[in-house]
Amino acid sequence: MEKNKVGKTILYMILGLYAVTTLVPFLWALSSSFKTLQEIVSGSMSFIPKNFTLENYKQIFIEQEHFPRWMFNSLFIAGVGTFLNLIFNSMAGYALARLTFPGKKALFIIILGVLMIPAQVTMIPNYLILKELGWLNSYQGMIVPGMINATYIFMMRQFFINFPKELEEAAEIDGLSKFGTFFRVVLPLAKPALAAQSIFIFMGFWNDFMRPLIVITDIEMFTLPLGLNTFKGQFVSYWNYIMAASMVFTLPVLLLYAFFNRYFIKGISFTGGK
Amino acid sequence: MNKKFSRKALRETGQGYTFMFPALIVLGLFIIGPIFYTIFLSFHKVQLLGNATFDFVAFDNFKRILEDTRAKIALWNTFKYVVIVVPCQTFLALILAATLNAGLKGQTFFRIVYFLPTLTSSAVLTLIFMWMYNKDGLINNILDFIGLPTYNFLGDPAIALNAIMFMNIWSTAPFFMVIYLAALQDIPESLYEAAKLDGANVLQRFWKITVPNLRPVTSFVVIMGIIGTFQLFDQSYIFSAGSGGPDNSTLTVVLLVYQYAFKTLGTMGYAAALAFLLAFVILVATLLQRKFSKEESLY
Repeated sequence: MEKNKVGKTILYMILGLYAVTTLVPFLWALSSSFKTLQEIVSGSMSFIPKNFTLENYKQIFIEQEHFPRWMFNSLFIAGVGTFLNLIFNSMAGYALARLTFPGKKALFIIILGVLMIPAQVTMIPNYLILKELGWLNSYQGMIVPGMINATYIFMMRQFFINFPKELEEAAEIDGLSKFGTFFRVVLPLAKPALAAQSIFIFMGFWNDFMRPLIVITDIEMFTLPLGLNTFKGQFVSYWNYIMAASMVFTLPVLLLYAFFNRYFIKGISFTGGK
Repeated sequence: MNKKFSRKALRETGQGYTFMFPALIVLGLFIIGPIFYTIFLSFHKVQLLGNATFDFVAFDNFKRILEDTRAKIALWNTFKYVVIVVPCQTFLALILAATLNAGLKGQTFFRIVYFLPTLTSSAVLTLIFMWMYNKDGLINNILDFIGLPTYNFLGDPAIALNAIMFMNIWSTAPFFMVIYLAALQDIPESLYEAAKLDGANVLQRFWKITVPNLRPVTSFVVIMGIIGTFQLFDQSYIFSAGSGGPDNSTLTVVLLVYQYAFKTLGTMGYAAALAFLLAFVILVATLLQRKFSKEESLY
């Protein structure tokens, strides 16, 4: 019994220590965002701001007029991108799971193969193609190349393969077309699978740094990660501003996490090959 | 009968391709097409200014890699980064998952906390760490406080890449931890009970039951880790403001590809050759890993 207690204490110490290691950077960033520039420059190591101020949050919107626009761009691209992904990935997954047509097997293998291709290989041609289409510095240039995702097409295929066939058959007897069946019967029942992928797709768009770096040069069209990087260049030692901007940028994803925590875990364990 | 059947087959083919249509367009235009386009580019010298020109140069771009000191540095940095980060993050993820799975109270709380770095964007994390890595920043103050030497993390070429490694191990391990956690649920409790009866202690149970049973998942985690680490870009870019400095110490292959493709003129073909080489290296590393781990059921 005594030994068990010692073991437990050790485990708790490991867990606690790692929790502190995880939290410190965030708490430090958060506390810095409420400090005055004076305190930042003075090199104070206190986690509690001496003169608590909200001024930084106000200032970043005044100093950087594009901030609201960047936020809108990010939200718009991530929102529309996620929505399209949900529909298109499910449609493709459904076709691969349920319909019989020539070339299906080849398509499935291609999609599995695409999972292994690093984005850098397609990065340069993507730029040239978008340039040719006149889609540089545009929303469609940011959204269209990412509006499907091979991982989630695969995930939706697995989901639909295990989906009870009877429902679709009943819908068809009721006279619904394949599309009617898909959109009115199948898709609404796929909600758990959709929720799990939507979070990861949203985060993927929201956090993406490389695509906007290549596709977007017009400061008006920046997304937040790009804006944040520029902002850092403008206010090199104003760490209070940079941290405030970072916190504003992190908040939406944290909220998403707070509400959909369980889907996160589900989504990841799926990627883990389940 | 036969005719009716074939009409049905035809209709279903139409439906199939209609359902696949958006995916096919994107796959063709932005993934598969570009792969061939990259191969094409890698054998050409590309000039984009004015009238774009593509001159066939055979293997010149690939030969150039052998003579390019910066390419060698980038490959070496990336290699070092992969070799250190992948084992560390995998091991850390495994330890965290096993500890979390020990059935202690507060499991959910710890899991939520651990997961925070995974949610945060690379841009934000890099900025937070740059702030902590500052010369008289938080980390140096802590090191100083416990009597350890302090470093110029951002400015010292011998340290900068290590600083990025540390940050990324810290931020990626929790993601793989969740994958391990899910897999741990599938190990039958009876195995542990039997081992306990045989007098195996915690560590023995960990090495003899947990680790072997997680082997397929470890294989997956390592492959994902290899693919991810070879692509290091965001952190290096933000850390060095796009230069790969100080003194090329944070220059990675992808950052170099980016610089040659978009920051210098006339080197886009060469950048494509580098990107192609990177994809090849990733593929080989993945296949080797699979062969060594002898576990092919998963990926």
